Amino acid sequence: MQDLSAHIMDIAQNSIRANATRVEIDVDERDTLAITIRDNGEGMNEETAKRVTDPFFTSRATRRVGLGIPLLVQNAEATGGSVTIRSSPGQGTTVVALFTRSHLDCPPAGDIPGTIVLLAAANPGVEVRYRHATGKGEYSFNSTEAREFLGEVPLDDPEIVAALREMIAENIKEIQTQ
Amino acid sequence: MEKIKTLADLKRIKENVQAKIELRERSERPGELVQVKVAMATCGIAAGSKETMNYFIDHLDKNGIRAVVTQTGCMGYCYAEPTVEISKPGKEPIVFGGVTPARAEEIIQRYLKNDELVEGIIPVNYRSV
Repeated sequence: MQDLSAHIMDIAQNSIRANATRVEIDVDERDTLAITIRDNGEGMNEETAKRVTDPFFTSRATRRVGLGIPLLVQNAEATGGSVTIRSSPGQGTTVVALFTRSHLDCPPAGDIPGTIVLLAAANPGVEVRYRHATGKGEYSFNSTEAREFLGEVPLDDPEIVAALREMIAENIKEIQTQ
Repeated sequence: MEKIKTLADLKRIKENVQAKIELRERSERPGELVQVKVAMATCGIAAGSKETMNYFIDHLDKNGIRAVVTQTGCMGYCYAEPTVEISKPGKEPIVFGGVTPARAEEIIQRYLKNDELVEGIIPVNYRSV
């Protein structure tokens, strides 16, 4: 994975596959960079949750490897960080990835606003909540609010996608510390 | 152009899109949408499927093609990512492999507009029921 936004898209896809109706993405860069992805999907039992960091474990039948979580662990640990997964059946899953921001190997953020909007546009049945906090302030976006505002206008219209991406990017730029 | 900071700032864009949709609905028969499914599992994302999806969203509209662009999981063609499944109304879906933005443009211009098949089609080995 080239950047953090790709990891966010990837882990959020796990949530969507677990039939989540709400996915919360928290980016907190006040101290160490913490990315939290929380869903209300099916969740996993203890045994499965332990095995997801194994690259040769997957719940799919199309292939025999499952690299999303292992790649995230690899990138986080390369910066001296870690990944924690909390999950229980029926309760949903929370994945917390910690990265040391100052570390040479910390991947760039990438296009996080674009990722959030694409997730929201491609999954109309899922409420995508995004919160980004820095030392300077906080910004949050909620796809359900955006849909309510848009009314009959679809969120996946290219002009709307571009405008929402710009809106999120503008707000993130404002709270960026460096 | 003024900066968009809140949803309220989106009002003008929303109205433009609404007007465009109303115009379109009067002139075209509904229910004839092209479906574009971009594979977005780990393999796809790592191969750049996000750029491919953005390209389709931006350029289908510019080319006047009405389509729904959605995401799907891994179809098992990890070696050929980014893969895209395209269903034209009344036709069997076709899976294209190695769809970079440049190839996406070729698909839009040749397959979607002129019904010509382009390189990179992954042979069908199953049928969805």
